[in-house]
Amino acid sequence: MGSRDPVIVGIGWSDYPVTPQLDSMDHHALALRRALADCGLEKSDIDGYVCASGFSQNVDDAPNMAEYLRINHRWIDSTSVGGSSFEFHVQHAAAAIEESLCDVVLVTYGSDLLSRAGRMLGTSTFSTGGTRVPGPAQYENCWGNVLAGGYALAARRHMHEFGTTSAQLAEIAVGVREFAGLNPHAQYRDPITVDDVLGSRMIADPLHKLDCCVISDGGGAFIMTTKERARDLAKPPVYVLGAAGAQTHWTISQMPDFTTTAAAQCGPEAFGLAGVRPEEVDTIQVYDSFTITVLLLLEDMGFCKKGEGGAFVETGVLRRGGRQPLNTDGGGLSACHPGMRGIFLINEAVRQLRGEGGEAQVPDCEVAVACGSGGYLSCIATVVLGKEGRS
Amino acid sequence: MTIEGLQETLVLRALPAPDNASRHYWQSAAEGKLVVQRCTTCGEYQFYPRALCVACAGETEWVEASGRGTLHTFTVIRQNRSAAFAALSPYAVGIVELEEGVRMMSNIVDCDVDALEVGMALEVLLLKAADDVGLPFWRPVAR
Repeated sequence: MGSRDPVIVGIGWSDYPVTPQLDSMDHHALALRRALADCGLEKSDIDGYVCASGFSQNVDDAPNMAEYLRINHRWIDSTSVGGSSFEFHVQHAAAAIEESLCDVVLVTYGSDLLSRAGRMLGTSTFSTGGTRVPGPAQYENCWGNVLAGGYALAARRHMHEFGTTSAQLAEIAVGVREFAGLNPHAQYRDPITVDDVLGSRMIADPLHKLDCCVISDGGGAFIMTTKERARDLAKPPVYVLGAAGAQTHWTISQMPDFTTTAAAQCGPEAFGLAGVRPEEVDTIQVYDSFTITVLLLLEDMGFCKKGEGGAFVETGVLRRGGRQPLNTDGGGLSACHPGMRGIFLINEAVRQLRGEGGEAQVPDCEVAVACGSGGYLSCIATVVLGKEGRS
Repeated sequence: MTIEGLQETLVLRALPAPDNASRHYWQSAAEGKLVVQRCTTCGEYQFYPRALCVACAGETEWVEASGRGTLHTFTVIRQNRSAAFAALSPYAVGIVELEEGVRMMSNIVDCDVDALEVGMALEVLLLKAADDVGLPFWRPVAR
């Protein structure tokens, strides 16, 4: 491999989970400042910018944000495919850096979803009565489905085909909550049990309240550059070993197979590029919008066979102290979910690979995977990151 | 949701804005007929209606559907904080697989939502929501 190998050198978070004093622009700015401080680069070093438009009242599309933050870029990307946008961004930025389209790429995200809109996202109808709905949503919004209900359709089908149980899904929420207990910023930190999950209010059968992610405020940023440029920076670089994305549908009713996501395509592709097998991954950062999201992505990436995700999570492999700990910052299920959580997956993987995980540190962490899901299990991207570059 | 109660819920709903591809579909449903597209080249059925066949990019024709299907998967919405649907909870949102092989989202009505099962036989129930829009609800076939 060469001197232009793409690496992540700086990471930053704004404040979360509840920050009524910040608006989404504040989150972008705070995260940017902290990512720069983390790596020691100057703002003027940035010549590539990426931003996905999110759940914000502010105008936060890429060209508006580039102006607001005054980024003098020679390469820009506005890919916005929901929560997984940031995993797609890593793929795109890595290619841009390798091709010398730019040298230092900044990715930012900021959201004031909780303080602005409250906790309605998962359990509200998408359009109000009396309105007319254009586009593909015209075939769904009249039925009163809610966001949680879309994922419930996948969970129900998985249960039907493979005998997966609510208790198995609950294991995921319980394990992630244990890590949230180690994160002082996490929205919910008290330990929970499988019975707690099963006893929580049913939102959309078969998903209970504790199968669903939280709603928060928050933001993040990361900075990518070349292996060469990274040499004199503050922190050791984290290498992008492989990144791939794919899409099967956008609206949930168009999902071709309710038990299989596009991770079945982009997971193996990313691992192939990285030259890494799933069993060699030391920590897994998976988009946990709902417990079923994690189960499907794990199966599809190849951590276990299709249909065996329930038994896989019961082994404890993903728990603290297990062989492949999952969502070591407490995830969207417990720590924070400001609407599009994919940037937190990247930042947490980098934190672990640097050995900065504190009490949540995974021992001997050399390879991490971040897998984002955007839309309704629709646009999936997998990123394999390493402490060392490809040999 | 009972059939009697259904009609009055229609005004609470966000209705589709028909476009070139969907206008005939919604209009037919308003007139009591469920139609789907079939490709004139490769013969594939598709839903939702589009300006091309998604399999081969060919042109499509309209075919009347049998109105029978099975429940592919479903959820029961226990909590919807929107004013329009809050009073209807709990209600079933399902993915129906039509005999023609295509799938659509709908409400499964005229049933006990706690008795629904994946694979159960369903039949369509078309209700007129506006002059240009009929909505295809589905209900379990009486055994």
